[in-house]
Amino acid sequence: MFEALTLQLGYNAVLVTLGSTALGVAAGAVGAFLYLRKRALVSDAISHATLPGLALAFLVMVGFGGDGRFLPGLMLGSALSAWAGLYAVSWITRKTRLPEDAAIGAVLSVFFGFGIVLLTVIQTMQSGRQAGLEGFLLGSTAGMLRSDALVIAAGGAIVLGATILLRRPMLMTAFDEGYAQVQGLNTARIDMALMVLVLAVTVVGLKIVGLILIVAMLIIPAVAARFWTENASRVAQLAALFGGMSGYIGAALSATAPDLPTGPIIVLVSFTLFALSLLLAPSRGVLASALRHRQLQHEVHLRQGLLALAHGQPVYESLTQRMLRSRGLMRADGVPTDKGRNAAAQALLDENRWQALRRIETLSSLAVRDDGLTRIGDVLTPDQVKLLDARLSPQGAA
Amino acid sequence: MGYEFVALSLPPIVIGMLAAMACALPGNFLLLRRQSLIGDAISHVVLPGIVVAFLITGVISTIPMMFGAAAAALVAVVLIEAIRRLGKVEPGAAMGVVFTAMFAGGVLLLEQSDTSGVHLDVEHALYGNLESLIWLDAVGWSSLADPAALSGLPPELLRMALALLVVAGLTWLFWRPLKLSTFDEGFARSVGLPTGLIGLGIVVMAALAAVAAFDAVGSIIVIAMFICPPAAARLMTNRLESQIGWSMVFACLSAIIGYVLAGYGPMWIGAAASVSAAGMIATVSGLILAITALFAPHRRA
Amino acid sequence: MTAVELATDNGQMVSENLTGSPLALRGVTVSYGSEPVVFSVDMTIEAGTMTAIIGPNGAGKSTLLKAALGIIKPLAGRVTTWGGSLDSQRARIAYVPQRASIDWDFPTQVRDVVMMGLFRELGLLRRVRAKHHAKVMECLTRVGMQDFADRQIGQLSGGQQQRVFLARALAQEADLYLLDEPFAGVDAATEAAIITVLKELRNEGKTVVAVHHDLSTVEDYFDRVFLINRRRMGEGSVEAAFTQDALHATYGGRLGDGLIARAG
Repeated sequence: MFEALTLQLGYNAVLVTLGSTALGVAAGAVGAFLYLRKRALVSDAISHATLPGLALAFLVMVGFGGDGRFLPGLMLGSALSAWAGLYAVSWITRKTRLPEDAAIGAVLSVFFGFGIVLLTVIQTMQSGRQAGLEGFLLGSTAGMLRSDALVIAAGGAIVLGATILLRRPMLMTAFDEGYAQVQGLNTARIDMALMVLVLAVTVVGLKIVGLILIVAMLIIPAVAARFWTENASRVAQLAALFGGMSGYIGAALSATAPDLPTGPIIVLVSFTLFALSLLLAPSRGVLASALRHRQLQHEVHLRQGLLALAHGQPVYESLTQRMLRSRGLMRADGVPTDKGRNAAAQALLDENRWQALRRIETLSSLAVRDDGLTRIGDVLTPDQVKLLDARLSPQGAA
Repeated sequence: MGYEFVALSLPPIVIGMLAAMACALPGNFLLLRRQSLIGDAISHVVLPGIVVAFLITGVISTIPMMFGAAAAALVAVVLIEAIRRLGKVEPGAAMGVVFTAMFAGGVLLLEQSDTSGVHLDVEHALYGNLESLIWLDAVGWSSLADPAALSGLPPELLRMALALLVVAGLTWLFWRPLKLSTFDEGFARSVGLPTGLIGLGIVVMAALAAVAAFDAVGSIIVIAMFICPPAAARLMTNRLESQIGWSMVFACLSAIIGYVLAGYGPMWIGAAASVSAAGMIATVSGLILAITALFAPHRRA
Repeated sequence: MTAVELATDNGQMVSENLTGSPLALRGVTVSYGSEPVVFSVDMTIEAGTMTAIIGPNGAGKSTLLKAALGIIKPLAGRVTTWGGSLDSQRARIAYVPQRASIDWDFPTQVRDVVMMGLFRELGLLRRVRAKHHAKVMECLTRVGMQDFADRQIGQLSGGQQQRVFLARALAQEADLYLLDEPFAGVDAATEAAIITVLKELRNEGKTVVAVHHDLSTVEDYFDRVFLINRRRMGEGSVEAAFTQDALHATYGGRLGDGLIARAG
């Protein structure tokens, strides 16, 4: 394993590992832009739509007497049919009342179905020279030709380079389409460029991870990255990092044993990163937000309980009662303790100050900060609080 | 000719029709709820489901595999919902994460386990084996009235018929809540309907249809039938009731025309062998959608 | 008589008698994320009145309505309808959601939408009979939409869609009508038609509560107001509670003085 991770395997394996790392970085970054544009599953349509083109390219190359497995030819064919699929998705969405998700589903299933028809044609056509096109469904790096490995490494590098070049306009479009247009960007063309990059990632990745799983390389790193930051360009950088890590670790691991297929390993590494992000990310992560929700609920109940005590109203809810009792603010029979009386008076004073604040011209803009839990002392200076109290004292509670 | 058709072509055509209708029916609701791709997700996770079932039981047998697939579909649906809600991830991306990861897990398990001696592979889960579902006991059309011969029908036929019956029965029984909560969720809740449960019910119904169908016809038809017939039907009418009717017609047409084209089409153009029926049925459903998208009366809003 | 007056001041547990109020909220707090969007709101709707819920954008008006209907679960607080639990009284409550919350491309006819208002009566499988069809047409006639019964809902104008929603609520034959911005984006004729129907309902002794935006029409349309800006900012008859001071406190500096002058 150490050998694998430090690239001390065969020349081909090193090329494939470098290629899938570059591909992972590019796919992560491109996928981030796709995700930020809320079009993640368009990549699913694109990848499935490569199959008929792959098969047709094979048929054409054999028809001209060549080797049907010539990788660049297959890549060209798959790119053309993926483009047709993409066009079909946008045509259906524009020209009919059907929503985009239905268009994506229709295109991916129909193109894929037609691709399978063509695959069965190829299988029966020449039993002697098995095309091995099924390898493109799930990817296969076993027995890969050196030229293929070179094509993949170069392809990964080119896509990565193009993504880096286009990152600024894509970022602006994803962040705020209207603003980008005002800045003179042709957002339609940038979206088109984004689709071309998605397509390129797909085509380059076909041989390694296969057309069913290439979607994962585009989507998962982006979704994982989104948990860690609210900043769009950080999302893209992190997604590229996650994608690169998955590509590198996945390809290197799978080179160590014959029964570790590259595509699934890459996807599972990527999913692990996602699962960790989902759970552990500091602000958007599940754990953090569950804790925050609980905290908020407790604060709300405590505060409302105190206000009820201050108003002499009964406390109905059992959580509120628990909160008050456990903090020694209320006795078991519902009567407030001295400490509870003080805290309640304090809470009421805070309430009244907030009410008074709304009626003071110079301070009323701060009323948006009043969410029931924020203490007025956190918003106002002591002098301003004094000003409020001056208003409060003559007529008492507002 | 009669014998050959009844024994070799009739059962696959009927099974194809039943499967197409069982998937298209819940597909109508998925379409209107903007959840069409959940069918895509479900059909991808069938593979890990059957692999796990095989690893546990050690045999290739239909019932455990269907349980495995159903369990995987449920796990996927729950995971998608959890990621969507807890992680505030948009539904499409949540689906993409879950089904690709589960599919990858399935492929890896398949490679790791020793399945060399048994017929369990990815292609099978994708294309199914519609062509092999033949009726050896048939001697001709008269066999349709012969109880002994009928008992020799492929079990997939009964299973698919049962699945369709269950899906259709549930749709009929819960028609009003289904329609109401799909159209106006807020109002549905205000009259006391459990909209979350109804939404889950639709997905479970879809999973049931998908699981019953995949073994006979393969995942690819399942995805196509969830989406294409309902989508084409939506363009034909502005009434939900008629939309369901049209979707059933389109599902049957896809199955019949697709099967015939796959089985006899190559012969007509002089080729010897047939092509994948599953693939051809999906292709025909796409052609029907294309035709409705160009000419149907209500193709635009 | 409001709840606060009912409560005793010695801190004893008393349960209020709210059977006279079709809808009462006590200490309702709702949060979608890290802070409350509605905080500790008490609201007491009086039977046989028309109440406007008013407040600035994002003040939690629709959220409050949804919490009142159990559509969203509050973080704290409780809702009673006629003193009882919401679920026991659902049949007496009609709801008109915001028009924008619906996919109007849904394949259904005006007639079908109004029929949905009969859901509680029809249940899962009860046959639709002549009297149900007659009821649907009666409700459509009441909002002036009888000629559109067989139209697909997407072909209607915004005002017509809103009237169809009102007809569906009428079909529910409820005692309490909750409407979320019924006048948003509708034409003047529709607005007049809707307010006529709502006033008729009130005169029949029903209770109407509407989230409302246009301060200039509050006095013409409603008897009572409930002011909200995350908190309850005031509640009572239009004369008593719809005051310049209360509006100032509710809207802060965001409201033009012209409107306040008119309201005051």
